[in-house]
Amino acid sequence: MSKFKKKPKSEPGISTASLPDIVFMLLFFFMVTTVLREQEILVEQKIPSATQLQKLQKKTLISYIFVGKPKNTALFGVEPRVQANDALLDPSGIRQWVNQERDMLPEADRGLITISIKADRDVKMGPISDVQYELREADARRVLYAAIGKVVKD
Amino acid sequence: MGARKKNRPSQEVNAGSMADIAFLLLIFFLVTTTIASDKGILNILPPKLDPKVPPPDIQVNERNIFTILINANDQLLVEGEYSDTEGLDLQVKEFILNFGSPTDEEAVQLFNGLPPSLKALSKRLPESSDDPGEAVVSIKTNRGTSYETYLEVFDLVKKAYFDIYAARVNLDTDEYRALTGKDDAEVSLQDRGKEGIPMAISIAEPDKLGGN
Repeated sequence: MSKFKKKPKSEPGISTASLPDIVFMLLFFFMVTTVLREQEILVEQKIPSATQLQKLQKKTLISYIFVGKPKNTALFGVEPRVQANDALLDPSGIRQWVNQERDMLPEADRGLITISIKADRDVKMGPISDVQYELREADARRVLYAAIGKVVKD
Repeated sequence: MGARKKNRPSQEVNAGSMADIAFLLLIFFLVTTTIASDKGILNILPPKLDPKVPPPDIQVNERNIFTILINANDQLLVEGEYSDTEGLDLQVKEFILNFGSPTDEEAVQLFNGLPPSLKALSKRLPESSDDPGEAVVSIKTNRGTSYETYLEVFDLVKKAYFDIYAARVNLDTDEYRALTGKDDAEVSLQDRGKEGIPMAISIAEPDKLGGN
């Protein structure tokens, strides 16, 4: 029996000394990826899903336009509205907004401005086509329908 | 020299609470973070109409247009038949690659250059498109059509085109779509996929029914 002398048991429990390191790593990841929302979204945003998503190479070319039912229905009603920057716009104001956005881009990139339409999935095509009509008038013809990835079932 | 070093207790800051502080920060960023997603489906709108110049009167044979109508109840009419989104991408693919009567030598060469999987889709029906260069997919909605359905249909038509492009350059559809054209190799892959088969998706102005 003495041959199988018990080894001195190592202390049970996992060392937590590297825990702060792990947490810091996660922390830095989130700090880097986070985008503090600089604008308040005034309309509902349930982004529809799709499969054929593309990513644009240059993010700076994208301007966002939000379409959806206003969150504050008491103030803005229940009909879908268009939001650009911080305020709700009438469709007729889109042209001016596009021109402002375009002027902020460097001269060489102005023709490539892309408008990302972030529309709620409950919106009807009426407001969307009004927006598209205005974008055509403003000559901002590259449109990105914002969508989230859908898991394809085979 | 006379002051002898005392045997002091070790001068260390207790780092045990570091993890707690880091956790607190971590949770804050976890909550506030919105991972910015700028993915989407790209669409190029047609140029605006100049009121002084009448729209060009282009005669396109009816057989070269694949019409998809979506009404205000989100029902689909595909090529005159009541349908749904199931299998729509395959229908579109067969339409594009029909090669009913190739108009010129280029179209014949295009057909000969296709991989066998795509050649198999070509049925050479006289009532479908002449060749991919002529084929147009038209999507028409009502103002009352839901955006979600429209996007689903648009997505499927895009899928049909991307499937074809990807098959021509021997890539997965996802791989082909991930090409951003950031270097010459990617650009050449993209161009080889698209060559001769323009992505002709026409979004018709919605009519006024069923909406506001």
